[in-house]
Amino acid sequence: MSKYPEKEAYNLGIIIDKNTHAIVQGITGAQGSFHTRLMLEYGTKIVAGVTPGKGGTKVCNIPVYDTVEEAQENHPVDASIIFVPAPFAADAALEALENGIKILVIITEHIPIKDSIEIMEYAKRVNATIIGPNTPGIITPGKSKLGIMPAHIFKPGNIGMVSRSGTLTYEIASSLTRKNLGQSTCLGLGGDPITGLNFIDTLKMFENDSQTRAIVLIGEIGGNLEELTAEYIAREKYPKPIVAFIAGRSAPPGKRMGHAGAIVMGKAGTAESKIKALKEAGVKVAEKPSDVAKLLRI
Amino acid sequence: MKLFEYEAKNILSAYGIPTPKGELATSVDQARKIAEKLRPPLVVKAQVLVAGRGKAGGILFADSLAKVKKVAEKLLKMEIKGIPVKSIWIEEKIEIKKELYFGITTDRLNKSYVAIASSIGGMDIEEIAEKHPEKIIKFLINPKMGLRSFHARQIARKMGYEGSQLNAIGKIFERLYKINIDYDAELIEMNPIVETAEGKFVAADARIIIDDNALFRHPQYKKRFFESESELFPQEIEAMKNNLAYVKLEGNIGVIGNGAGLVMATLDTIQLYGGKPANFLDVGGGASAEKIAAALKIVLSDPDVKTLFINILGGITRCDEVAKGILEAKKKIEVTKPMVIRLVGTNEEEGKRILTEVGIPVLDSMEEAAEKVVEISRKGGL
Repeated sequence: MSKYPEKEAYNLGIIIDKNTHAIVQGITGAQGSFHTRLMLEYGTKIVAGVTPGKGGTKVCNIPVYDTVEEAQENHPVDASIIFVPAPFAADAALEALENGIKILVIITEHIPIKDSIEIMEYAKRVNATIIGPNTPGIITPGKSKLGIMPAHIFKPGNIGMVSRSGTLTYEIASSLTRKNLGQSTCLGLGGDPITGLNFIDTLKMFENDSQTRAIVLIGEIGGNLEELTAEYIAREKYPKPIVAFIAGRSAPPGKRMGHAGAIVMGKAGTAESKIKALKEAGVKVAEKPSDVAKLLRI
Repeated sequence: MKLFEYEAKNILSAYGIPTPKGELATSVDQARKIAEKLRPPLVVKAQVLVAGRGKAGGILFADSLAKVKKVAEKLLKMEIKGIPVKSIWIEEKIEIKKELYFGITTDRLNKSYVAIASSIGGMDIEEIAEKHPEKIIKFLINPKMGLRSFHARQIARKMGYEGSQLNAIGKIFERLYKINIDYDAELIEMNPIVETAEGKFVAADARIIIDDNALFRHPQYKKRFFESESELFPQEIEAMKNNLAYVKLEGNIGVIGNGAGLVMATLDTIQLYGGKPANFLDVGGGASAEKIAAALKIVLSDPDVKTLFINILGGITRCDEVAKGILEAKKKIEVTKPMVIRLVGTNEEEGKRILTEVGIPVLDSMEEAAEKVVEISRKGGL
């Protein structure tokens, strides 16, 4: 790691860096205020919070506004992290998008599919990046985090991680960290069927990120995005090594395994199909979480 | 949330989609009264949510009132895949010229809805896709635009229809899309939608699955969901009440963990070492001691569970809270089954101290713990 000359130039991360100015929508809630404190402690530039009806108050010494519009009149804003409860989350996300915010991290779980489709359609039109919903967020270790992940298990390095699962990311990241394999950026796509960024979008970003040498891809049952990603990897002859882990080999069909998106429908969305497709595309697939570190070393 | 066939058909009918004339009965007497109003031959269909109802003998035919009474009696005493039949739907049999398929679901890659149509129907859409892939018509719906009349006509044309038939079936597609949006469906399908001998179209069977996360917008179904508990395991109902994600499985190792992906990986690892998980239970992020205790109670109430594996990687979840929850549960219920606990992350020292003080060993590695719990289960518990 010493080969990187300057700390400043090292580890810029994808999507966010230490100069990203963010607001927290839903900052006055239990989760919102708790994680605002942790993000500030990590060095993230949280400039303002928004909770309708709580304008004029403060959380962790950060000013709270009633609207995103007002927050923007008073602060530079590049990104928003959303903790707003599911029934109101779409309104919050659309408010951020209409006010020109181009990076959204939606932590909220249980947002209806119809609402997510509406958010994603708007984001596509205005060329905004959405992480989530139902995501732990994004962390560029040592620089910045817009999310709820426990920071101490990560360390700066050159492994990029992209995942559909929060705690499984923590499990694998902490095993990498213990084995001195630091991370460039770790990004949770979210456990919902409809999410903003997907594996392919993120792989493209990691490809262009000079700090990322190898990628860990953590998928799970449900949908066929892992299969489509495998097709992409093979077709584009993806230049960086990828190690994958797919959760849900023991999941029965028709049952939703915790995540809204984790469901095998008939024969579609099985772990076997994803593992097979990834292996055929030349991706090393780990049998157990701890094997990921071993496969990265080979 | 899956709707019963009768609920789905009533919705379709309210939106002007032709369905066979019929009504719901919960007793033989009621069935007979309904049958008197209908024109035979009739179809009597068990109202259960499990798949494969037809093959299990849940759909019977009757050409007379006497026969209706007989089949109604039979169905109302029947259990389909362990689920007792509580109600039956009686409808007029339609003369089928051709069975077709039309459904709408979500497309993850395109982040939108997708309509799927086929000029072959009556079997699972996957089976159609496998056996007759050339018959599958996929139409991606632009969410801002919706499925317009002209889109519906384009789909109808691809299915081989023209003229007034194209208009008629197109209208049905358009209306089904409206239901999809109004009811927050994650899947809606007419399988089959039938072309009758007279060239008309009728939705002979209908399936609607409402997005669970949108149930707050559909209180009438949310209410029904909790009332019709017959198709859920008691553990599943308890879990729902405690906001825990629980799935019953077929093995004997009870599993509790935090985070869907981690719990899935835990089940996989147990299986990798030759064990069989009895359940999936995710306590979610930041679980309190009370929630952990509730989870333990639910898993231990399953008679199939012989050993228990608790796998916690504390991020927002604090290991000391988990440890307190385990002790709390031990106080309230008699825990005689062996437990293997893996506890790392936030406040792990405190959590480990609490448990080791009362003689409960705690492990650091998920895989080591999985191996151990499988070994215990092989010996048939303690």
